[in-house]
Amino acid sequence: MFTTSKRIRMATGAIGTTVILVLAGCGARAGDDTAAAGASAAASCVDTSGSTIKLGFLNSLTGGMAISEKTVSNVLHMAADEINTSGGILGKKIEYVQEDGATDWPTFAEKTEKLLTQDCVAAIFGGWTSSSRKAVKPVVEKLNGLFFYPVQYEGLESSPNIYYTGATTNQQIIPAMDFLASKGVKRLFLAGSDYVFPRTANAIIKLYAAKLGIQIVGEEYVPLDKDDWTSQVAKIVAAKPDFIFNTINGSSNVGFIKAYYDAGLTPAKTPIISVSIAEEEAPAMGHAVTGNYASWNYFQSLKTDTNPKFIQSWKAYPNSSGVTSDPMEAAYISLYLYKSLVEAAGSFDVNAVNAAAKTHTITFDAPEGKVTLNGKNHHISKPGHIGQINADNQFDIVWASDKFIEPDPYLEGYDWFPADIRKQLVGAAG
Amino acid sequence: MDALIPQLLNGSAQGALLLLAALGLSLTFGQMGVINMAHGEFLMIGAFNAYLVQQVITSSDLSIPVALPVAFVVAGLFGLLLEVTIIRWMYRRPLDTLLVTVGVSLILQQAALQIFPSQGVPVEKPSWLDGQLNVLGYEWPLRQLFTIVLAAVCVAALSAWLKYTAFGRRIRATVHNRDLAETSGISTRTIDRLTFFVGSGLAGVAGVAASLIGGTNSQMGAQYIIPAFLVVAAGGIGQLKGTIIAAWAVGVALSCFAYWTTGSFAQVLAFILVIVFLQVRPQGLFTVRTRSLA
Repeated sequence: MFTTSKRIRMATGAIGTTVILVLAGCGARAGDDTAAAGASAAASCVDTSGSTIKLGFLNSLTGGMAISEKTVSNVLHMAADEINTSGGILGKKIEYVQEDGATDWPTFAEKTEKLLTQDCVAAIFGGWTSSSRKAVKPVVEKLNGLFFYPVQYEGLESSPNIYYTGATTNQQIIPAMDFLASKGVKRLFLAGSDYVFPRTANAIIKLYAAKLGIQIVGEEYVPLDKDDWTSQVAKIVAAKPDFIFNTINGSSNVGFIKAYYDAGLTPAKTPIISVSIAEEEAPAMGHAVTGNYASWNYFQSLKTDTNPKFIQSWKAYPNSSGVTSDPMEAAYISLYLYKSLVEAAGSFDVNAVNAAAKTHTITFDAPEGKVTLNGKNHHISKPGHIGQINADNQFDIVWASDKFIEPDPYLEGYDWFPADIRKQLVGAAG
Repeated sequence: MDALIPQLLNGSAQGALLLLAALGLSLTFGQMGVINMAHGEFLMIGAFNAYLVQQVITSSDLSIPVALPVAFVVAGLFGLLLEVTIIRWMYRRPLDTLLVTVGVSLILQQAALQIFPSQGVPVEKPSWLDGQLNVLGYEWPLRQLFTIVLAAVCVAALSAWLKYTAFGRRIRATVHNRDLAETSGISTRTIDRLTFFVGSGLAGVAGVAASLIGGTNSQMGAQYIIPAFLVVAAGGIGQLKGTIIAAWAVGVALSCFAYWTTGSFAQVLAFILVIVFLQVRPQGLFTVRTRSLA
């Protein structure tokens, strides 16, 4: 009822109204500008004549989501610095324009338009929540811009103007279910925050669980901005599950973990598998979470050729949190993936970049391994990993997919996912 | 019956936390007419205090009891600062206090985001709150009992202070009739400042309790402020007993609805209930009879 975004919107409502009134005064002119810019966007106002290329970073640096998005912003800066040190993109140094999405979805849309039409950036990187991505999507599609989105999400989307470097459901949710099946789990409880990602993820989990012979013994949702899980955990205790599938996001996870241990639940008997607790979150729970699990593509503990350098650079980076995690690694990938795309295309032009995605095999030696871009759906292949939290709040890898998982955002390769449900979920997600 | 006991117990604890968050508001909003939207951030300050005290006294068994009075004083001082610098210019202009304190709340949130790790900080529960109490077959987390005891102690202390001390009498006199109180030699300025200190301090105590239940981060105040205002409004302006009953009722309603429906829908139902109640009884459960002309 009182989501963070709503409250902030209420709070900024008064200021916002003033701004809108002022803008309305010069509305006609602002409209003309946009129309003009929109028309010229086809010809692109991106300046490629100089020795630099402008890129836009769009992250919430204020408001509720700053909790997560500041790190993404920092790692994008780090990747830009690295690329600049090694010669830039097509010989041009990156000049980034950092914008604040302010945890407000209309702001994300406005800033996207500003970055594309006024700053004339060649591509935009950022976003975290699905709501922010859905606010950006129509704008980049209208103005034919590029947006790189770095967070695992609920899938069922594919846009010619968006590249997705986080996992879609068949690269995080489905591996987690395969892991649970391999552990012989029979009774599963679903606990999630109340918004599109957990609702969609759980719809998929329920379908796959039926196929795997896993019984869903309960399903609970709490609003994103509510931390108190005590009543719901009482229901979990009563349902006696073998495992809890946790799609809770943000600080509500802290409340869930506290209520879980307070009720006497333990990872030895009723472990949790999470899809949003990573290296940064694990030590911030106020209770040791040792023994519980998480499903990600990247873990700091992964032994790949490129991971040690990534960890080292991040630890040395100013304002760094000291630990690496999946969403920041996906953000790191996004900038390098763009570099590879542009260099394959030989141009910063959006249509040329999209064409190169289809005609070239774009790969990047990421910290999680060598990822390959799928030119059709604009997602990347990823390895599935399950980590178990150890006493140092790092993850011991206990399960890995046998190969890199091809992205399948619409789950078209899964016979247990009926077409009518796909249609319904895509419709619901808007 | 099996289902009812957990909901009743957990609902009471949820109500106790709401009450802790609403107590201070009941003073500043109820008695002074100030709509302080930054009250939730005073709660946040209390929670961050629990974390900071834990950095000095590493044993959480000790640090939480120490953090309670520390949080009271620190949050109280922040409240005092707000009163002296901003609120004092806005008495009798409740709408302006609302706008200004929304600004202050955003500033405090952003300050917390700059100072502390953006993911939030961990506050550990004392080990004497580990475990559960078996109530008629339900394993009730001890932490829930702690919240209730803490709320009870705060209510008892506050009402005793209002009832039996000279300051308390002066506060009540000011609430009943500010002008008359002034003419009989009470410095209403001093009273206002003191009330604001105590009200904000109570938010700090609520923050320590909240830090044991959920996350301690820059956004935590937001989830308590509106329910707390609703509780104060439903309880009746300036009435402690009304606030207590309203907080308990909302807590139990939230918990029962959460059991029958889902956690999100419970929020909707509980607050529809409050809104309907306020339609029927706009003055809240109890009203204070003031002798002022306004």
